[in-house]
Amino acid sequence: MKIIHIDTTNGLCGALFVVLGLFFAYQSWMMDMGTALRMGPGYFPLLLAGILLLLGIIVLIQATRVASEPIGPLAWRGMLLILPAPIFFGLTVRGLGFLPAIFITALIASFASMRMKPITALILSAGVTLFSYLVFSRGLSLPYRPFGPWLGF
Amino acid sequence: MDLIDNLILGFSTASTLWNLFFCLIGVLLGTLIGVLPGIGATATIAMLLPITFQIGDPVAALIMLAGVYYGAQYGGSTTAILINMPGESSSAVTAVDGYQMARKGRAGAALATAAIGSFFAGTVATFLIALFAPPLTAIALKFGAAEYVSLMIVGLVSAVVLAHGSVIKALGMVVLGLLLGLVGTDVISGAPRFILGIREYADGLNFVAVAVGVFGIAEILRNLENEHERSVLIRNVQGLMPTREDFRRMTAPILRGTVLGSVLGILPGAGAILAAFASYTVEKRVSRHPEEFGKGALEGVAGPESANNAGAQTSFIPMLTLGLPTNPVMALMSGAMIIQGIVPGPNVASEQPALFWGIIASMWIGNLLLIVLNLPLIGLWVKLLTVPYYILFPIIMAFCSIGIYSVNSNVYDLYLVAFFGILGYALMKLRCEPAPLLLGFVLGPLLEENLRRAMILSKGDPTTFVTRPISAGLLALAAAVLVIVFLPAIGKKRAEVFVEEGA
Repeated sequence: MKIIHIDTTNGLCGALFVVLGLFFAYQSWMMDMGTALRMGPGYFPLLLAGILLLLGIIVLIQATRVASEPIGPLAWRGMLLILPAPIFFGLTVRGLGFLPAIFITALIASFASMRMKPITALILSAGVTLFSYLVFSRGLSLPYRPFGPWLGF
Repeated sequence: MDLIDNLILGFSTASTLWNLFFCLIGVLLGTLIGVLPGIGATATIAMLLPITFQIGDPVAALIMLAGVYYGAQYGGSTTAILINMPGESSSAVTAVDGYQMARKGRAGAALATAAIGSFFAGTVATFLIALFAPPLTAIALKFGAAEYVSLMIVGLVSAVVLAHGSVIKALGMVVLGLLLGLVGTDVISGAPRFILGIREYADGLNFVAVAVGVFGIAEILRNLENEHERSVLIRNVQGLMPTREDFRRMTAPILRGTVLGSVLGILPGAGAILAAFASYTVEKRVSRHPEEFGKGALEGVAGPESANNAGAQTSFIPMLTLGLPTNPVMALMSGAMIIQGIVPGPNVASEQPALFWGIIASMWIGNLLLIVLNLPLIGLWVKLLTVPYYILFPIIMAFCSIGIYSVNSNVYDLYLVAFFGILGYALMKLRCEPAPLLLGFVLGPLLEENLRRAMILSKGDPTTFVTRPISAGLLALAAAVLVIVFLPAIGKKRAEVFVEEGA
């Protein structure tokens, strides 16, 4: 029996398209379709989801035939530390207040690089915080509390 | 003369102290971030987008954003010349001969040539926009819903053609973008769509968060993959003034580049990139010393830089007149207009003449500021190149976070940034271009609305799209473009162009 070799890059890409297509198709299916004359909220998205699904299948078929470029190295450390930074800011900006939130956000992001030293990270984050205070609070007077209720303010 | 009156209105709008100030800020910030290697114009604009919302005045905000665009492009070519690391694909051509000139100690002349060429091309392109925008707007005003649908299809199809890599994947990106654009409340029925029960997304996904995630964060992650030292070749740039011989050599390439760029820039997709490559090829062919190309030919910097800038500028034409963004930067600009409460389209020129002509005039002013400011500041930009990357991205992340939060004070937008950051990075790794996705995202709601309207107007008859002549013509164009790209011969040629670009 011939072993079917699936190219990783295209295989994953096709799978992603298929999954997303199915997700949108399922969600659209739950909505009112309407008619071609008076399209309901589900009509156009279902059409698009169908196309996406189809394209995903084509990419999958291609993946079994031709090899494409490899995926290459992944920035694991970057993903682990860069992505949580805005999430942390979102979770704490109201509770801790804008200044502590920005300080810790910058600190988290700092360690995404292997080259960063702790002292540099602290100084850098403090600098960013001071600059943000001057520009955003003083300069643009954004209505955010510098320190929030969690800190007793 | 209407044209003169309009330009006077534009220049009087753009040259108020308030607007000049924002133009200056935009140009400076754009250059500042554009100079950083690995961060191109699109990512720069995406990251600076939130700041412009604090201005409150749409004219000033858009003028600043346009300034960021030119600044980022200019910064990109500086990086290309000095460290052979183009911030974006359109300055990849400049890197070829620009870097070689820098190695020969002629970095100053290369930078000055790039600046002069860009300024000249920018001036010509500004007048072209002023000349062609009104008649195009007049045509666009006659468009009905069916024509708009067809026009958007042309735009989306062209974006697919000019994307790198697989056409199927680019099509997938467009469709995914359209779907993501539909997230939120359906305008006609009021039904919530695809929001997974999160009420905070009922108004749709925040455009800025999507753009920053897909372009900005994904770009940062890619840069973190392998952190290596950058070697800055030139610590001191000297001999900024080109010699008389240089001026003689750069004149014709600049003229040819400007013409090429102006024409190709109007095309949907990546007109400016295409223009830069076309110009380089033309210069090499007409040159009496083709062997100098790749070894530091001045013409190889002058032509592509002019073409690139002219194309960047004329790509505003479809956006300003038809409301149709033709590249990711224009998608960002039209997203910015929507957030400022202006619906991009042919009505902008008649309803907001000060805004419309103000932006056009500010393009020229922005180019002028660039040449006046940046050549003296070149020392500063060179220093900036020596700042290590690991210092930069925590700063970028912090400002992105504040910036995005400040758009709507919605913390869910910040979660969106992280989500689209990882999605953008995954797509990048899977060799999917993010540009068509963003284009689809911006056009999604518009396309659906016009499609529904067209169907109601035609009483449910889908042939309306082919029986109305303008609509039929546009659809035929879209079909022709798709057919051509799937023809094997063209596909091969296209692959060659992008291979050359990647090299």
